[in-house]
Amino acid sequence: MTARERIAGSVANYVDERTGAAAWMKKNLNKVFPDHWSFLLGEIALYSFVILLLSGTFLTFWFDPSQREVIYDGGYQPLSGLKMSAAYASTLHISFEVRGGLLMRQIHHWAALIFMAAIVVHLMRVYFTGAFRKPREFNWIIGVGLLTLGIVEGFLGYSLPDDLLSGTGIRIAEAIIQALPLVGSYLAFFAFGGAFPGEAFIPRIYTVHVLLLPGAFLALITVHLMLVWYQKHTQYPGPGRTEKNVVGYPLLPVYMAKAGGFFFIVFGVTAFLGAVASINPIWLYGPYTPGQISAGSQPDWYMGWLDGLVRMSPPLETHAFGHTISWNILIPGLIVPGILFTGMALYPFIESWMTGDKREHHLLDRPRNAPNRTALGVMSLTFMLVALINGGNDIIATTFHLTINQIMWFSRIAIFVLPPLSFMITKRLCLSLQRADRDLVLHGRETGRLVMMPHGEFVEVHEPISPEKAWLLTQHEQNPALALDENDSRGVRRPGTLKNKLRARLSRAHAVAVPKVTAEDLKEIEHH
Amino acid sequence: MSNEIEAIKDPGLPAHVHRRADTDPKAAKKAERQVAILFILSALGTVTMIGSYIFIPQDVFIFFPVLGNTNAHQLFLGLGMAASLFFIGMGAIHWAKTLMPDEEVVIQRHEFRSPDEDREDFVATAKAGAAAAGLGRRSLIKRSLGLSLGLAGLSPLILLRDLGPLPKDELSKTSWKAGTRLVTDPGDRPIRAEDLEVGAVAQTLPEITKGAERALSDIGKDAVLLIRLRPEEFNLDAERLSWTHEGIIAFSKICSHMGCAVALYEQQTKHLLCPCHQSTFDVTRAAKVIFGPAARPLPQLAITVDSEGYLVAKQPFTEPVGPSFWERSS
Repeated sequence: MTARERIAGSVANYVDERTGAAAWMKKNLNKVFPDHWSFLLGEIALYSFVILLLSGTFLTFWFDPSQREVIYDGGYQPLSGLKMSAAYASTLHISFEVRGGLLMRQIHHWAALIFMAAIVVHLMRVYFTGAFRKPREFNWIIGVGLLTLGIVEGFLGYSLPDDLLSGTGIRIAEAIIQALPLVGSYLAFFAFGGAFPGEAFIPRIYTVHVLLLPGAFLALITVHLMLVWYQKHTQYPGPGRTEKNVVGYPLLPVYMAKAGGFFFIVFGVTAFLGAVASINPIWLYGPYTPGQISAGSQPDWYMGWLDGLVRMSPPLETHAFGHTISWNILIPGLIVPGILFTGMALYPFIESWMTGDKREHHLLDRPRNAPNRTALGVMSLTFMLVALINGGNDIIATTFHLTINQIMWFSRIAIFVLPPLSFMITKRLCLSLQRADRDLVLHGRETGRLVMMPHGEFVEVHEPISPEKAWLLTQHEQNPALALDENDSRGVRRPGTLKNKLRARLSRAHAVAVPKVTAEDLKEIEHH
Repeated sequence: MSNEIEAIKDPGLPAHVHRRADTDPKAAKKAERQVAILFILSALGTVTMIGSYIFIPQDVFIFFPVLGNTNAHQLFLGLGMAASLFFIGMGAIHWAKTLMPDEEVVIQRHEFRSPDEDREDFVATAKAGAAAAGLGRRSLIKRSLGLSLGLAGLSPLILLRDLGPLPKDELSKTSWKAGTRLVTDPGDRPIRAEDLEVGAVAQTLPEITKGAERALSDIGKDAVLLIRLRPEEFNLDAERLSWTHEGIIAFSKICSHMGCAVALYEQQTKHLLCPCHQSTFDVTRAAKVIFGPAARPLPQLAITVDSEGYLVAKQPFTEPVGPSFWERSS
């Protein structure tokens, strides 16, 4: 035994005698993780969260979360002598005097954008492959929670510097609070410690941004990962992969090296962006004052869709009995997002209700094999995209020499027309892809080689596809729609007819498919 | 289920294809060198970073195509840091991909559902526990506990009361009173009608006593935009016309939609545009909303001139300025 082995052994012994960790470690170090590029998306989100914690901690050492008024006398000449909040002045200090401060600010902001982007794309991967199905519904809900908190956390973060742009964002947030019926003006005065903007808001959201929400993130991420660990990762279908096994690489050493390495790559790329790509140059905006604004005021992209919805809203307000309800704020700012996010959180249960499928699923769906789900996902994305485009309508107008009115009217119509249209197109596309899969299995791959038959006919030679490929294209289940008769077995009408009708209708829509290749099909082909 | 007769059988995991480095010691050696080179690149990155921190002054700017004028200190600090991190990752992954075992491993999943026996035991234990506590029988305890927990849960709400004052009529009033002078922002200079040419715009605030400080929350309600048109360009009723002075009209600058500063004035069309959500107001028609999500015109401030010829407010705003709220009556 070498000296190194002896030391390692005694450390391991010391820990194990006190925790009994060896049994757990033995089992889990051999844990298998399936490999696929799309499984890295969640990792990117996790790693950018770590980067956010590190770079954010750095920034707190110099940032002064206070709206106390100061006269700027720092290194950035154009703002010299201006009145501003200590928050803004200290952000300028970080940007111009602290060495590496600007780099860290930019890394922090880029990491936040990457964090949100990774969450959204990860969510899309989970959705389109059906990874949210039983037993992973809890993790889906936690994920939706993380996305929601991420939007709030990001907004609070870029609001902290108290520059003209972010202050305008806070003003809009205040207007949303103020628009709440009954309690709005009270809540706004409580949140801001009086009339907007006051001097209380920045210090308060600072505590929320650096303590409360990161704590919530840590808790939720921990549960999210523990569930992934315990439930084992889903895997894509393919030869040798079943609902009962996991095919992949063991944690030690391969997965550890790859995942650990990937953390450094994400960090490296974020640092590169922070070094070369200027982001949120707050010194160009100037300090916040409610009487001023700059043209082209834009939120960060993950808030852009919300702003786009508010922009396209019709001018609706109700004035009655001495009270005002601002539908032009409540509908786009709270009601529509509320419905979207609630629907998203509940989707696993809705789908399971529609299909009547209560079984566990560990093999992922190919998106084409769940046309209804895929179409619904594309429909939601289209909705978001139209909203996001409208959120940048002023920028688009000036870039493409259009009028804001043209873009606004386009969005107002498109938000109703394009989502259903994209649903239909996507569903057709999925079914076409299924048909293509079927043809491929039945007739093989087109080789592009033309052969002249003895009787003069030209035919293209088809090559059979590999058994692995054939398996991939036919392994999926095709379940029939739920049979929900209006009468039960004794001929008595079931209660809840309308609900059952709806369920049957949805179930039928969900079960639409191009029949996959059966044994009879293959036999028939052989006869030809 | 339609899966009962499977046409095509699962061929099972494909045979493993060995990498060159698995069989050829030379290739393995080469891969090892490549990994080492990546790690050394990372080390060089850290050296660059430290060097930049110490040796590049903070005020040196260099020009790069695409990037433009860039602060050399922060650029090389960042590039060094990026390289130091990125190449650690590349090295580790290259190591894993070329030299660590790449044979896929299969493990079995376990069912999550507990065995029936355990489930029954659990239910029995839970029931026994509840029975032992007498939760079902002692309804007095149950109810009073519910009451106390509910009330205790309310206490944070009580404690948060001092977050802010009650709004009272704060949202409805501004600093403008009859006779308050309009002064320029910035500059705090009073304005005569002749200071404004036709087509000009001025940003104003109510005059305050010398040396007094203006709170941002006052600016957030008091900001007023002055615009001078030719009097015949107005399309106003008699009352609103009497609120203007020689073609000068005054509006609250705080958007009636969500409170942004309505700062973009189009001289040709005489439209005011809010940059936040593009609500558009027609100046000639008392800031009537002609486009966008705002539901109300910008409140108009009645103005006139005082004995010295300076513009003053004729009366306070007749309605609350800024975004809507529940208690707003119109």
